[in-house]
Amino acid sequence: MMRNGAIGRAWLGVRLFTGFLLIFFALLPRFSSTYVVYLTIHILILSLFALGFNLLFGYTGLLSFGQAGFYAVGAYVCARILLVRPSLLLGVVGGMLAACLVSLVVGALSVRHTRIYFSMLTLAFGMIIFSLAWKWRDVTGGDDGLVGIPRAPLVLGPLAVDMTRLDHYYSFVFFLAVLAIWFMYRIVTSPFGLTLQAIRDSEVRASFTGIPVRAHRFWAFVIAGTYAGLAGSLLPPLENTVTPPVAHWTTSAEPVLATLLGGIHSFAGPIVGAFLLFVIKDLIVRVTIHWSIVLGITVIVLVMGFRGGVAGVLAGLFQRVVAVKVSRTPEPIPVGSEGEES
Amino acid sequence: MMNTVLYQGLVGISLAMYLWLISAGLTIIFGVLGVLNFAHGSLFMLGAYIAYTLYGMVGLPFGAAVLLSLAVVGAVGFAMERFFLRPLYHVDEAYQLLLTFGFVLVLDDAVKILWGGVFKIPPIPAFLDGAWRVFGRPFPVYNVFLITVGLLVGVVLWFLFERTWWGRIVRATASDREMAAALGVHVPRVFSSVFVFGAMLAALGGALGTPVRVVAPGIGSAMIIQAFIITVIGGLGNLKGAFVGSLIVGVLSAYGTLFFPVFELFFIFVIMAVVLLVRPQGLFGATR
Repeated sequence: MMRNGAIGRAWLGVRLFTGFLLIFFALLPRFSSTYVVYLTIHILILSLFALGFNLLFGYTGLLSFGQAGFYAVGAYVCARILLVRPSLLLGVVGGMLAACLVSLVVGALSVRHTRIYFSMLTLAFGMIIFSLAWKWRDVTGGDDGLVGIPRAPLVLGPLAVDMTRLDHYYSFVFFLAVLAIWFMYRIVTSPFGLTLQAIRDSEVRASFTGIPVRAHRFWAFVIAGTYAGLAGSLLPPLENTVTPPVAHWTTSAEPVLATLLGGIHSFAGPIVGAFLLFVIKDLIVRVTIHWSIVLGITVIVLVMGFRGGVAGVLAGLFQRVVAVKVSRTPEPIPVGSEGEES
Repeated sequence: MMNTVLYQGLVGISLAMYLWLISAGLTIIFGVLGVLNFAHGSLFMLGAYIAYTLYGMVGLPFGAAVLLSLAVVGAVGFAMERFFLRPLYHVDEAYQLLLTFGFVLVLDDAVKILWGGVFKIPPIPAFLDGAWRVFGRPFPVYNVFLITVGLLVGVVLWFLFERTWWGRIVRATASDREMAAALGVHVPRVFSSVFVFGAMLAALGGALGTPVRVVAPGIGSAMIIQAFIITVIGGLGNLKGAFVGSLIVGVLSAYGTLFFPVFELFFIFVIMAVVLLVRPQGLFGATR
């Protein structure tokens, strides 16, 4: 009943477009340069990082400034595993699980607060992890970081896929990213995901209906941390090194910027934002090294005028087009995708 | 040994005075406007750069350079509040935080464009040069000057907020802005004045640092994290707490570099997290 006529056709369009994007990015290494492939791997990594962040921010209403901590745990643990045992899957899964474990502890403590106190607490935990990465030389290599990390082969039973070729590694990252994006979509459309949004919109009402608010925030935190860990563990095999800046709070700002750029209240927002962030950066640095002033101005303009981000603006247009097509029904379709709560 | 400990304590107190100047502004702005200003460290940095230019390059007297840098940074603060923050008071506070973060990116890069990379340190003004013997070691007169200024600012702030008409209006607005507005207080004007005042305090910290600290593009983001720690320890929005918090962090990092240099940063952030978990209102926050 909901998806008849114009709305149904519009959704079909969305699905076709998604399918086209999947095929395009799956085949990307066949028709583009090594540099583009390398850049796209970075975009995919940031997409996963930001997607996890936005489960906390856009869906649950908690602004974390410490996500780089979990990102770094993933990166460092993956690097250490690969230095001892060169198996890509072992490294990535190990890094992700380690980040998941750390976020269980940090999350249990952090969700005791909300709003600015939550942001400050996550900042403190993130910087605790940064100071360990920086000073705990025996484990992390101190300010030199860990170097010479191999892009180990993907070992699946008797099979071993060589990963020294960048396009192979791209396919591996792309496969994991699609899996993780699909899984996140299932999360946010599940009863759990809808409950998170209910908590975001009104904590009091949510708790009156019997929802265990803190437990929901906790699990959202753990999922976000695990996604950050997955993203982080994909980094060392690409770059062959890990250094303490991956844990710094300025790294925590990257998923924040990507999400803001793409759109906080759209599922695809963080992915669109990660893409735009890298493309804008790449275009600007060809002209000037001062790209962060451009980024800063972009952030200010977005916050002042377009709090729905680029994806939010597109989603609004999409809904408006659909609304015009079904305008025979007397009641207008609500266009509100900005959802400003104050 | 005893002398070393005492001397290092004094070094810590002079470090605490920069921290006090920057965190006082941060905590006042948070207390009244409810905005956690990420760009506060960048205003500190801007104050340092302008004072450096006027004093170290143009050759103005030190005092005049400091006062002029306060005026310029105050104007920048006014523009930030009036044209950018004010339209955002009605939306989620996360957006205010993100806006100030946007300003961090802009100001840090603008400074790089205008002034280039790292600078040499200009000479200490003659009348503040030299050293006194304290605890058997030479203690720079400039540090004595800093401690004096810090304490003076403390007294002035106390007087302003507790004894003047403006202070009463600000405190009334902080505790209930709707009620204050109903009583005829022009709340937006109070917000502007408080923001400008806080920005000038940050600039004062930055400007006074020029003859002894490195003036570099990164100092803003380094300072803002310290200021966050201090305001959290002392209680967000609590002025007295910010003063004691600055002393704690300043003295602790002075001893930290002496006794356990490796995990100094680690301990400071652990303290921040523990305070947030056990006493989120801060060590001295009881009223707010």
